[in-house]
Amino acid sequence: MTYDLTFAKDVYQKAEMGHWIKMCMQCGVCAGSCPLRAHWQHSPRQLFQMVRAGKRDEVLKSSDMWMCTSCYNCIVRCPRELPITHIIHGLARYAETQGAADPKQPTRRFAVDVFWKNITATGRVGEAMLTMRLYFQDGIGAGIQRGLEMRDSALGMLKTRRLNPIPFRGKIKGYDGFTKMLAKAAELEQKLENKA
Amino acid sequence: MKEYTFFPGCSSEHNASAANMENSIQSMCRILGIKLNEIDDWNCCSASIGYAGGGQLPRMALSARNFALAQKQKGNADLVATCAACWLAMRETNERIETEPHIKADLNTALAEAGLSYDGHIKTRHMVEVLIEDFGWDALKAKVTKPLTGLKVAGYVGCQTNRPFGVCGDSYENPQYLDQMIEATGATAVPFPMKVACCGGALMFSETEKSCVLTKQILQSAVDNGAEVIITPCPVCQLNLEVYQGMINKTLGTNFNIPILYYSQLFVLSWGGSWQDAALHQQVIPAEPLRRFA
Repeated sequence: MTYDLTFAKDVYQKAEMGHWIKMCMQCGVCAGSCPLRAHWQHSPRQLFQMVRAGKRDEVLKSSDMWMCTSCYNCIVRCPRELPITHIIHGLARYAETQGAADPKQPTRRFAVDVFWKNITATGRVGEAMLTMRLYFQDGIGAGIQRGLEMRDSALGMLKTRRLNPIPFRGKIKGYDGFTKMLAKAAELEQKLENKA
Repeated sequence: MKEYTFFPGCSSEHNASAANMENSIQSMCRILGIKLNEIDDWNCCSASIGYAGGGQLPRMALSARNFALAQKQKGNADLVATCAACWLAMRETNERIETEPHIKADLNTALAEAGLSYDGHIKTRHMVEVLIEDFGWDALKAKVTKPLTGLKVAGYVGCQTNRPFGVCGDSYENPQYLDQMIEATGATAVPFPMKVACCGGALMFSETEKSCVLTKQILQSAVDNGAEVIITPCPVCQLNLEVYQGMINKTLGTNFNIPILYYSQLFVLSWGGSWQDAALHQQVIPAEPLRRFA
């Protein structure tokens, strides 16, 4: 058995809120508070212990942290007041930047490939385009099928003026500055990681 | 007349999924004498899943830009958000700007690329906090001209209007403010043990089957307790509970047909506003139980 002793150090320094993992006392309240607890392999408590034990691949390739619905139950219940929701988000993002996250993990795919691209394309969410991109990510056939499943809802939304019939939307006025700002923020984020 | 800086967020735009929330909130503010000064050229707050594509600095730069525009256009007036995720993201960003100097410095370096800067000091508030703290229960009750007597309502608080920040010091596990709002309109708040359970949030899009099970349990609890309608302050909760009812019925063998409304719609109707003012014509599942009060 070999332990990767650098992994915990990397997480403490490079993952958002990762240093808080040191404070976890392994009580498991987070595990019992998670709405999708039936669907992960490792609870937050277990993931934190795996970080300490140096299980780099098991943690970063795991689907577990992508199951977070951002309900913040774990954050308000943690007896040590660890920002667990944010630590889980930080681990997911760290897995993504390390190229370890499974590209097919459904929430990773939605969040990174669809949602972030959608909001940075114009500055605001384009709901119609977001839904279309999501539905058609596995090809035309799958997209049409998913569209048909949700047909009644979509028609209801259109009829009540809660869905734009035109999926394309304009950019915010300050879009040039907006993209430059995001590029600079991404550059600083990288520097922060390299320095750590 | 009370004035606030206003950040509506993407789902409150014209022809967007929470247009019924936005329209009823505008009516509610007209009746109360609230002037909402919308930030010009605001952008998305990054919502709850922006962390994955954006990391921490790009994600928080989104909210920082909104604060910078707000400060430039409206000074340090309180900023009101109506969407749970917007309120949370903006509050979190402001808190980190005010307590972590290197985050503040880096975000301002990024903002400078857009010709902007932000030094903190804008308080972000949820619309329900404005109602409770700046108007108060007596004032909200005094507006009622058409009490919704006998209407049975389940108050679904959900997650992000409740955790991690809480509303007016209310409990995380059993908050009372939404039930109090129901009672303030003359309606009856039914017991609702699932009032703070998660509907799946944004994972309704990516993990639809798993999230439908969560949503089903919430709907079932409301129906079992005799609710005719459910109200919520959150646009994602409203969307998941209303728009996925058909799919839940089909895949999980239920037979739900319960309208999902916003607290603002109940207030507007009970304060004498029309069906249209309360945006009740914008419900996918028609708000039939409210017809008797219109």
